[in-house]
Amino acid sequence: MASSTTARYRPGDQVRIRVGTPPTHFRTPEYVQGKLGRIDTLYGAFKNPESLAYGGDGLPAQPLYRVEFAQTDLWQNYSGPATDTLLIDIYEHWLESI
Amino acid sequence: MPKVHDRGSWPNDDPIDHSEHEMEEWERKVDALSSVLGEKGLKNTDQLRRAIESLDLKTYESLSYYEKWTAAMETLLVEQGVMTTAEIDAKMSELERGQK
Amino acid sequence: MAENGHNHGDNAEYYALRAEAIQALLVEKGVCSINDILSMADKLDSRSPKDGAKVLAHAWVDPAYKERLLADAESALLELGYDLPETAPRLTVLENTSEVHHMAVCTLCSCYPRAIIGRPPAWYKGLAYRSKVVVDPRGVLKEFGTELDESVQVRVIDSSADYRYLVLPTRPAGTEGMSEEELAKLITQESMIGVALALSPESVSTS
Repeated sequence: MASSTTARYRPGDQVRIRVGTPPTHFRTPEYVQGKLGRIDTLYGAFKNPESLAYGGDGLPAQPLYRVEFAQTDLWQNYSGPATDTLLIDIYEHWLESI
Repeated sequence: MPKVHDRGSWPNDDPIDHSEHEMEEWERKVDALSSVLGEKGLKNTDQLRRAIESLDLKTYESLSYYEKWTAAMETLLVEQGVMTTAEIDAKMSELERGQK
Repeated sequence: MAENGHNHGDNAEYYALRAEAIQALLVEKGVCSINDILSMADKLDSRSPKDGAKVLAHAWVDPAYKERLLADAESALLELGYDLPETAPRLTVLENTSEVHHMAVCTLCSCYPRAIIGRPPAWYKGLAYRSKVVVDPRGVLKEFGTELDESVQVRVIDSSADYRYLVLPTRPAGTEGMSEEELAKLITQESMIGVALALSPESVSTS
């Protein structure tokens, strides 16, 4: 973990996941893109997989967050209770402030 | 359309197949080779993922797990100039002749 | 279905041979030896769900250890002699209770807490589980024979980056007085992924 990078968000902050489908490697699935979530945990900074995937050094490291979504915000027809959630780890450059 | 590997974004109504697949020796070796190449600096997790993700949809869905890993490791080794596809083809023929 | 690796008809022979050719060339070129590969395979074989079950059973009987495990899994594992390789991804343990039920998936590939519980089961890597568990976790739980009350919050964790997730299942009722060793037998691979609950003591004693 590289801790030099300053994190923009704190646990509890509302964020939106950026929308995008680069032709290259990235780790943000389409099903969370454009969705509103809440920062659950800030993990510190980690090497950027979008650079590592091509033999790059992964720097600058990206703050990594565990983001929580209400299932009913992700899926229109979610059949379970409204309290059910989904957690996923997202790098900061895929997050937008609301 | 989501990328081939982005399965959370793909609808799927198939039942989950609970049967366990007994690992074959070649798969066990491929599993280990991935870690060995990691130690040698010839592969990292994201490189392997990237190579798997670049398979076309039909190949991605039809190859088994370690078949995909084999294809991806070949991509990475060829790309880094460790070996060529022609060398692998030739070695395969040689091994095949040895089996007969 | 080829997705779980059951189809060993068309491709398997080809890829098995191709993998062998790649390994032979690596050896010829001095990149690694066959022994490097075989000893790595042995190392990877050495972790199994039993290891995870041992750690989690300890957390059941020792509340202070449980707190440490949830706060910093890697240090807590080290206490029990499990020194995760430096190259292994980070690990987090998520606790299931009577109010919250966690279940883990990797929708993008097959991320799994291998460093502590070994290789994932075939279904975990399969396309059906990876698609369905995020959109219909309760349906998936039913497929595994697990019924949860609507009052229990289901939290799916999609391990997409540098962390791997191990689920600490709820300790079943009627297990007071059981030894740590007996308790560990109740903790299955499925319960550590979160698609099932820990076994009941009755189901073990009658088997």
